[in-house]
Amino acid sequence: MSSETTQPAAARADGIWKVYGHGEAQVHALRGVSTAFDRGRFTAIMGPSGSGKSTLMHCLAGLDTVDAGHVFIGDTQVTGLGDAGLTKLRREKVGFIFQQFNLLPTLTAEENILLPMAISGRKPDPQWYDLVIKTVGLGDRLSHRPTELSGGQQQRVACARALVARPEVIFADEPTGNLDSRSSGEVLNFLRSSVHDFGQTIVMVTHDPRAASYADRVIFLADGSIVDELEKPTEGSVLDKMKSLDPGQSPDAATGGADV
Amino acid sequence: MLRATLKSLLARKLRLALSAFAVILGVMFVAGSFVLTDTLGRSFENMFDSAYAHTDVVVAPKPKVDGQYAGDSSPVPGVLTAADQAKIEAVSGVVAAHPIAEAEGARVIGSDGKVVTTVGPPRLGSNWIDGVGGAEIRDGHAPQNDNQVVLNVEQAKKAGLKVGDQVTVLTPGGKRTFELAGTFGYAGGLDGRGGVLEVRFTDKVAQELMLGEPGAYTSFDVDVAPGQSAAAVRDAIAAQTGGAYEVKTGAELAKSIADQFKSVLDGLNKVLLGFGGVALFVGTFLILNIFSITVAQRTKELALTRALGASRRQMIGSVLAEALVVGLTGSVLGLLAGLGVGWVLAMVAANVSGLILAPIALPMSAVIAAFSVGIVITVLAALLPALRASRVPPIAALQEVATPDRPLTKLSVGGGLVTAAGVALMGYGLTGDGHLWPMLGGVMFAFIGVALLSPLVGKPVVAALGRLFSWSVAGKLGRLNSGRNPRRTAITAAALMIGIALITAASTVLTSGDESLRGAANREVHADLLVTGQNSTDVMPTFTRSTMDDIRKIPGVASATSEVYARAMIGKNGHGVSIIDDLPAMAAQFSLKPASATSGTLSALGPNDAIVDTETAVDEGVRVGDTVKVVLPKGDPVEFRIAAIYAENDFYGGYLLGSAALTHLVSPDPAVATITLAGGASESAVRDQVGRLLADNPEVSVMTKGEYLDQASGQIGTLLTMVTILLALAILIAVLGVIITLWLSVLERTRELGLLRAIGLGRAATMRMITVEAVVITLFGTLLGLATGVGMGAAVVRSLKGEGITDFAVPWSQLTAYLVAGALVGVFAAVLPSIKAARTDVLKAIAYE
Ligand SMILES: Nc1ncnc2c1ncn2[C@@H]1O[C@H](COP(=O)(O)OP(=O)(O)OP(=O)(O)O)[C@@H](O)[C@H]1O
Ligand SMILES: [Mg+2]
Repeated sequence: MSSETTQPAAARADGIWKVYGHGEAQVHALRGVSTAFDRGRFTAIMGPSGSGKSTLMHCLAGLDTVDAGHVFIGDTQVTGLGDAGLTKLRREKVGFIFQQFNLLPTLTAEENILLPMAISGRKPDPQWYDLVIKTVGLGDRLSHRPTELSGGQQQRVACARALVARPEVIFADEPTGNLDSRSSGEVLNFLRSSVHDFGQTIVMVTHDPRAASYADRVIFLADGSIVDELEKPTEGSVLDKMKSLDPGQSPDAATGGADV
Repeated sequence: MLRATLKSLLARKLRLALSAFAVILGVMFVAGSFVLTDTLGRSFENMFDSAYAHTDVVVAPKPKVDGQYAGDSSPVPGVLTAADQAKIEAVSGVVAAHPIAEAEGARVIGSDGKVVTTVGPPRLGSNWIDGVGGAEIRDGHAPQNDNQVVLNVEQAKKAGLKVGDQVTVLTPGGKRTFELAGTFGYAGGLDGRGGVLEVRFTDKVAQELMLGEPGAYTSFDVDVAPGQSAAAVRDAIAAQTGGAYEVKTGAELAKSIADQFKSVLDGLNKVLLGFGGVALFVGTFLILNIFSITVAQRTKELALTRALGASRRQMIGSVLAEALVVGLTGSVLGLLAGLGVGWVLAMVAANVSGLILAPIALPMSAVIAAFSVGIVITVLAALLPALRASRVPPIAALQEVATPDRPLTKLSVGGGLVTAAGVALMGYGLTGDGHLWPMLGGVMFAFIGVALLSPLVGKPVVAALGRLFSWSVAGKLGRLNSGRNPRRTAITAAALMIGIALITAASTVLTSGDESLRGAANREVHADLLVTGQNSTDVMPTFTRSTMDDIRKIPGVASATSEVYARAMIGKNGHGVSIIDDLPAMAAQFSLKPASATSGTLSALGPNDAIVDTETAVDEGVRVGDTVKVVLPKGDPVEFRIAAIYAENDFYGGYLLGSAALTHLVSPDPAVATITLAGGASESAVRDQVGRLLADNPEVSVMTKGEYLDQASGQIGTLLTMVTILLALAILIAVLGVIITLWLSVLERTRELGLLRAIGLGRAATMRMITVEAVVITLFGTLLGLATGVGMGAAVVRSLKGEGITDFAVPWSQLTAYLVAGALVGVFAAVLPSIKAARTDVLKAIAYE
């Protein structure tokens, strides 16, 4: 393991199982997954379609319940929390970036960024806010509504929104899945700099080896289990790893799956 | 295409069920009112048929007074004698003519000391004749002397009296106590004739107390010889008596009385249908909205169908087919529900009035109304959305769904024009004698116009309203959501507007009426106390004339006048007249003034003087100093001199006759007395003393001017409550509309809700967000309704200036109450949608398509 400090991980899975359905139709989406996400690191989760990436992320974030095992965010045990506890957790410790539909159409970009703070009745630290806004690089488009922004700009707004509240950990499920490579680059750069410059913890699900190469560490999931991991990945090393894990699947097919 | 339509119908059953619900409620109201009035109508028919089943022919005098003036339905009883009886019995085919002395106004004081009341049916006093009209003694025996009476079983039950008890009866001829000799009913086991309460005396007592004339009768119940037809004998009597009498067969009489009741029921039906119409009108908005939202949400699906080759006509057809199914289902269910409601209401009415209910039936009128109204309205409402569906371009299937904010210019110009047309029509309807249809059409146009304008008006108003709630994030989000789709918000609010506007208009008119009455009373009435009774039937309760002398003797009473209402023929026309025992005093009490310098004076008027208002004087062509021949219900023509012509005011109009008329009435007992106090006299002391004089007459009481006005306000309040109850259905449908709109919006925004929940919006806050949206919509609708309603009320008040509504008053406290109610309605409407929103499953919501 790559844990460099003794302080608790930002997020941790402890032998979690997730089973969908009954009898014949039963699917083991997660089979005893244990892993930890250290503070201030950018982790990518990769794996073939249906391997359980999204499921793992939803369980980590407390959006879904697990059938066995435990999940921790910081020192909070997520498993077993009720709706009120989960709401509090989402307000204070977790940030989300989804593949699409991240923003409320009725609010401006700026209002969207400030929404989680407003919801929990907090004021953003002005210096921090300015820094995030500068990094997100939207400049004069802050007063625009989502429909007036490009897909890449929208995703950067979503990133800024996740960042402003300084959560323990940000979960991103294929945040660049709908973007072209240039926009993807902008978003990924922003994510990486928020980890390296501001010490944010980010967990990102992706199909794209190039996106994974922005991370500090990649874990590979197959059939509900962690099968491998890679420190300091490059696009090439990730591709090689994918080939070795699933010789039948070409990287092109894997990247193509991101649009599904 | 049809199969595709049916399939998509099933996929959207909930919202269609809800739109059908609006049709059901409206149709239920309409069908229910037909069923109710039809059932009651047939029940009355049956009742009078059985009441006159044992009556062959009835002979009544031609009334001396052609007493049918506005608001009066029963002719003035004339008088027959034993001589008339002999004449009729001489006619061949007549076996016997039983003389009946009957009049309204025999009121029994029950064992609890209170007068037994009815809701509508008369309280008759007459003479007992064995077997006539199918009457039969049930308990005890017939009255054998002048101190005995019999009551019909229903009356005895209501009064709580048993055979052998003492029974006190108030009659036109005064109050008298009798021994209850027995109770009676009618053939067929009936306890009475449809709620009519009866007291039967001996002939002599009935003549004395009910008719005020010994030896007089009001009609003859003629028995026809066996083998003779009633109609033949009727014709024979008419022919052989030279048309001196009104002769009718029992069947004719039953029919003519039943027809009177039916025309009342017809009126009731029209009123109910009016309210049902309002409910359906509101329902139209709701259906229009549901179909519009559905079409908007199905844009992609519709575009795909177009891309696959469906024609525009097919698109319109598919939406209209859906509407047809909804309308049909709604009509059938509404009709059934209406049958149930009508039946229940008929039972309630029967219970209250003692009517025996005819078997329930579904009148054709109800079926026709239900189907035509239900289907036409649904299809009409779906027409616009259907056209919109047909205009969805195939390319929309490929584009991102974005409902563009279409400009409101056209809509607003149209709305302005329709509103203007509505106002003009209403204005025309309100002028002159009033034209009902233009007026109603105007109101409808005005509503549609305001509804069309409401998206434009809504933008700033909704923004301003929303700002009230913007202190929390949830509130702010709710406010933004309500401003999101101006048309949707506006239509939803406009549906609510209609009910609120009508209630507000009614409230404005009634409050103005109340204010005007108060204003007029304060300006024109100089009397301090009023003696009057509560009438539950057509006949006003009266008190004995001698009480007036006692009142005048009370220290502190400066003047007291009394008034008797009667019907009279003056010249060729029937008039309702008032007989005043002290005309000059009364003129002073009510500020009556001569119309002009040449109109005589009101200060010295004798018993044979009459005064008349300007308008009647012109109509009748009478002038000061003329002598008019007045035929009163009893006795010969009396001559009155027109002593003065007065200017009509808020309290008096028409002929006012001096005291000479009193002896020509069945009863000289006054219905009303007004008392002016001397300076320094204590109002409450005099009031109590007058009250003591009236203590043995529970139907009549004394009030101060203030108490009287408060009572009038109370009656206005009751009327308003009734209007509100009848409009509640329209409001309920509008609230249903709010619920559905919100529900559909919540469905539409599932993803957003999931996102909000994911970034930490709690359940309670989610519910608050939806609630704010709902409250903003209902408050907007309420405000629109208040504004429109006050406007309509003002128009009506203006047009009623000639009817005595001179002051325009805005009912502020009611308006505030409506506004609060509007907000509460919003909270209520939000319950289900907000629970739905709070239950949004975050995972499902964010799952990619
Ligand atoms: N709600 C559900 N009900 C039943 N099975 C489910 C459900 N959600 C996920 N699964 C199954 O669990 C397994 C893991 O799904 P998951 O969405 O985590 O895969 P993934 O790795 O995110 O795939 P992708 O790359 O396509 O997004 C799959 O086999 C999927 O079919
Ligand atoms: Mg996934």
